[in-house]
This record gives sequence, structure tokens and C-alpha cells, in this order.
Amino acid sequence: MIQKMQQAADRLRLGVQIAFTALTNGYLWGFLTGKIYRGPLKTVCVPGLNCYSCPGALGSCPIGSLQAVLGSRDYKFSFYIVGFLMLMGSVFGRLVCGWLCPFGMVQDLLYKIPARKKRKNLPGHGALIRAKYVILMVLVILLPLTVRDLSGQGSPWFCKYLCPSGTLSAGIPLVLKNPSLQKAVGILFSWKVALLVAILIFSVMVYRPFCKYLCPLGAVYSLFNSVAVYRYEVDQEKCTKCGICKRTCKMDIKVWEQPNSPECIRCGECIRACPEHAVRKSRLHSAPSADSWTSKN
Amino acid sequence: MNEGKERKTCFIRRILIFIAILFLGIGIWRGEAGVVWIKAVNLCLECIGIG
Repeated sequence: MIQKMQQAADRLRLGVQIAFTALTNGYLWGFLTGKIYRGPLKTVCVPGLNCYSCPGALGSCPIGSLQAVLGSRDYKFSFYIVGFLMLMGSVFGRLVCGWLCPFGMVQDLLYKIPARKKRKNLPGHGALIRAKYVILMVLVILLPLTVRDLSGQGSPWFCKYLCPSGTLSAGIPLVLKNPSLQKAVGILFSWKVALLVAILIFSVMVYRPFCKYLCPLGAVYSLFNSVAVYRYEVDQEKCTKCGICKRTCKMDIKVWEQPNSPECIRCGECIRACPEHAVRKSRLHSAPSADSWTSKN
Repeated sequence: MNEGKERKTCFIRRILIFIAILFLGIGIWRGEAGVVWIKAVNLCLECIGIG
């Protein structure tokens, strides 16, 4: 019974992921012609990591846009993008990662592929999860702000040297469709494809390695998980600390201690797995919960 | 005590959402949305691994 509920919930989440990816990358003409959408919708950011050079992309990537504004000659701070990220974070937290991000969906699907050695985390997990904050600070913020070319423009360092979502959804389709781009391919493209392949292979064996260790957007949203509108709480009177929630959780979180952990992507598996029904989504508009319910982090 | 913590969390969230909406408005007023659009509608060679 619980397994059937889990399967139904997994299918629902996958359905939402596919629908949102299709909605935000629905410019099919772009895939057919190898050209990107150039309409007014690209003024608006989408909440997940979705390269704006993807031929199907109808909106802008918030991380790419942040680097673009920080690297521009006219601005040293982006109210627009920071405001967008704060709004998404404060309302959804890392629900975006678990339900709306196209590259998160790709990793979820790859992890379903049967493999001999599957694991939740890489060795050194405790230290590695901090790497995404370093990538955010250095590649997304500091380097575009400080390293300028002769015209005074900064580069999007994360997009240029690391982002696998851009390679998968933009680089590869556009290069395949455009002979002029094929002639321009060099070491950088090879590096990005190699990195993408490595991440995709790791995603078969390790759950969401990019989200856990490298994603700067996940790093941003993680800062809001503890205060977001969408949050979890644990009834400490019902909770027996049996550890089933942690064993079920693919992000490896001690849910009874940290229901709003910065690593939680809100997949909801812990809620369904708990035999005591001690974990639940917080209710926004109800009176504050009885003292036994805690959402401490 | 738990109720107090929840009220504090709710207060912080409301402040963040208020600041977020304020920032969005300032950013649009400053013309940042235009910068985003210009970058997004021109093929980002760095993003696709070319330049």
C-alpha cells in the first residue's frame, strides 16, 4: 500500500517536472531551426536552471541573468534577479529543485537506471555539499564582477566553464543544427561535454550529484528552506526516531532533526515513508501548531 | 516556545517577500530587465561552450 502511494507520488512529481520543462522550453521552432527564441518572454526568469540559449527556452536562467547583470558595465548589483531569487526562495525554497528544475529531472531519471553500485552520496559528502556555495560566490558573483575585458564587460564564468544544463539543452542541440558553430567548436566545448558526460554518469550511480555538490541555484534556494512558505514539520510526540525517514531520503537528511534542512528538495518521500505519520507539510493559514510539532532546522 | 519560533519565522518570511518585491520593482525601474532580455535573446557563445 505504501509502495503504491510512493509510486503514485513519484509519477505525479515526474509529471509536474515534465510539464514544467515543456512549458518553459516550448519553443519547438527553435529546435527545428537551430535558432533561439527572441521574444519579450525572455525578460522573465524561470525558477530552475534552464539555459536561455536552449533553442526551446522561453524564459531566462536566473543564474545566467545574474552573471549578465553583474558583468555589465552599468550595474554592480542586480535588484531584479536578487529580488526574483528571494521571492522564489521565500515562497518555495528548494521545492523548485525537486519539482520544477529541468536538470534536476534529468538526474532523477538517470538515477532510475539500474546499476550495480548505487549510493546516495559521494565520499566526503559532508565537505562536498559546501562546494556549491563556493561556486556561487566565486564563479557566479565575484569573477563576473571583478574580471573584465577591455570593453569593461565581465564573463559568465559559471555558464562558460561549468554549467552542464547549458551544454545539454543549448550547446549540443545548437552545434548539431548549425554548421557555422560546428566549425567554431574547440577545447572549451570538449571540456564542457566531458564534464556533462561525467555528471550524467555519476547521476546513474549517485542521487543528484550536481544538485548536492555543484549547483549555485540550489545553493541560493537552500538559504531559504528554513523560512519558506512551503516547509515541513515533525510531531515530536509521534516521532520514535526510528530513522526510516533518513533511510528513505535520497538527500540523506535526518528529517526528525532537520525537517527544513538546506539540502531538502521537498520530494515528500519522508512524509509517505514515516510509519507514525509524524512528518507533514506545514499548514500556512492554520493556527500555530501544538507544541509537539516542530519545524526547527 | 514553539509558537514563538513559528511567529518569528513567519515575520522573517514576510520581510523577505516584501524586500523581494521591492527589489524586483527597483530592478525593473533601473532597466535591469532590459539587460537580461538583451543577453537572453542573443546567442550566448560562452554558455554553449564556444566562446
